[in-house]
Amino acid sequence: MDMGTFRGITTLLILIAFLGIVAWAYSKRRRKDFDEAANLPFADEQDEVTDSDRASPGEVDARQDKGDKNT
Amino acid sequence: MNTAFEHPIYNYKVVRQFAIMTVVWGIIGMLLGVIIAAQLVWPQLNLGLPWTSFGRLRPLHTNAVIFAFGGSALMATSYYVVQRTCQVRLISDRLAAFTFWGWQAVIVSAVITLPMGFTTSKEYAELEWPINILIAVVWISYAVVFLGTIKQRKTAHIYVANWFYAAFILTVAVLHIVNNAAIPVGPFKSYSIYPGAVDAMVQWWWGHNAVGFFLTAGFLGMMYYFVPKQAERPIYSYRLSIVHFWALITTYMWAGAHHLHYTALPDWAQSLGMIMSIILLAPSWGGMINGMMTLSGAWHKLRTDPTLRFLVVALSFYGMSTFEGPMMAVKTVNALSHYTDWTIGHVHSGALGWVAMITIGSMYHLIPRLYGDTDMYSVKLIAVHFWLATIGTVLYIAAMWVNGILQGLMWRAVNADGTLMYTFVEALEASHPGYVVRWIGGLFWVTGMLLMALNVYMTIKRSSSETQPLPQTA
Repeated sequence: MDMGTFRGITTLLILIAFLGIVAWAYSKRRRKDFDEAANLPFADEQDEVTDSDRASPGEVDARQDKGDKNT
Repeated sequence: MNTAFEHPIYNYKVVRQFAIMTVVWGIIGMLLGVIIAAQLVWPQLNLGLPWTSFGRLRPLHTNAVIFAFGGSALMATSYYVVQRTCQVRLISDRLAAFTFWGWQAVIVSAVITLPMGFTTSKEYAELEWPINILIAVVWISYAVVFLGTIKQRKTAHIYVANWFYAAFILTVAVLHIVNNAAIPVGPFKSYSIYPGAVDAMVQWWWGHNAVGFFLTAGFLGMMYYFVPKQAERPIYSYRLSIVHFWALITTYMWAGAHHLHYTALPDWAQSLGMIMSIILLAPSWGGMINGMMTLSGAWHKLRTDPTLRFLVVALSFYGMSTFEGPMMAVKTVNALSHYTDWTIGHVHSGALGWVAMITIGSMYHLIPRLYGDTDMYSVKLIAVHFWLATIGTVLYIAAMWVNGILQGLMWRAVNADGTLMYTFVEALEASHPGYVVRWIGGLFWVTGMLLMALNVYMTIKRSSSETQPLPQTA
């Protein structure tokens, strides 16, 4: 394989990897997971009464619903 | 240390230690910057002594602000964020304490050896081999504490801030060990194992990733926690943050060659470094937009909350310098900008505007919470600090833009017969006013940091007087 072909294939593989990450991140199935993760900074506020109206930790856990043991 | 604020679950002691040292090293590092800026205006300030000469104090300044100030800030916030988002205590209090004392020992050895003239002469890796071994040991312990804590987490997910911190910790470990591979020939003298142009490439692979991972990925971890917390709303798009993370860390790795344009480095490597640097604009701005948009619907908070102002202006400077960086990495632009003060201006737009401002905003959020409160002693003082920092940064970078372009144009100007139009010293003379303005900008910054120290001191004093039992009259 000459250098040009090798570089072309590498570029293509990286493009596929990037599109794969985008597709994974934006897939509908992940929405609930990511909403939970995005709220993690607020999940732990027992010492901050000002924000106590937010969801408490462990209230929702989409991963366990799906049987995903990767925790 | 007062035990009245011991958190029932978390280890706040090590966070407090690092947070206070962040302020202390910030003042010392920036004061050193002001001193060497003054030396460029009034060279007599070298004092005619080797220990106080510009060449020895300049690496001390860069080491103090990047590794002492920035490093302490990263360790303080990463230990805080990882505990709070994983809802678990640090895996080992002892090892965490070792990272604190070990890191302070590294900094103190830098303060001693650099003015004495012990240096590898590698930029941002000046420290000699015995200190490098200590850094490696402390850093690996830091990785164990951080990653071990994530492993034990009580939450289902690893919050995005921890991804950025973890990438920063692991990458810096690899970069530090590879770049400092050397053969010792004496207690404070070693030679790099890499020859010539390879050594230069390895050095700038490290050098630019000191920017990309130490000063960017680590501080993005800070951004992803403290901006949502201070704005009281979750990050604008968690999905974007995932794409941001993977795109940023894969691309940053390969940008270092842009520090070696028009050198002995092979031409293809220079072009590759340039292209990777241009691509970096996309993930960088993705992250900036993600942080900024978190404020949508909460912009009014900026009017009353100077801490949030620090965080948002930091993001603006991040956007600015990540546009400027790819532009300066283009070879034709670099032909004008390289070796001029423009580079120094660019570094400080990132270092003061982004790194220091996001750190200060995070500290103003963090420090009162470490002492059982939610507000600093004086919000007004934060507002004054904000304006001092902003004006100081603008003075600094504007002066360096003018100087840099002026120097670049004067150096390349040629007469009709091909001889140089200006001597080097003429360009230096023309730079003098810019050096004065830069020094004034630095003074603004140090003044702001001193106000911060006062505010932090009063916050701690207030909380300890609140919790101490009243003296008994007997």
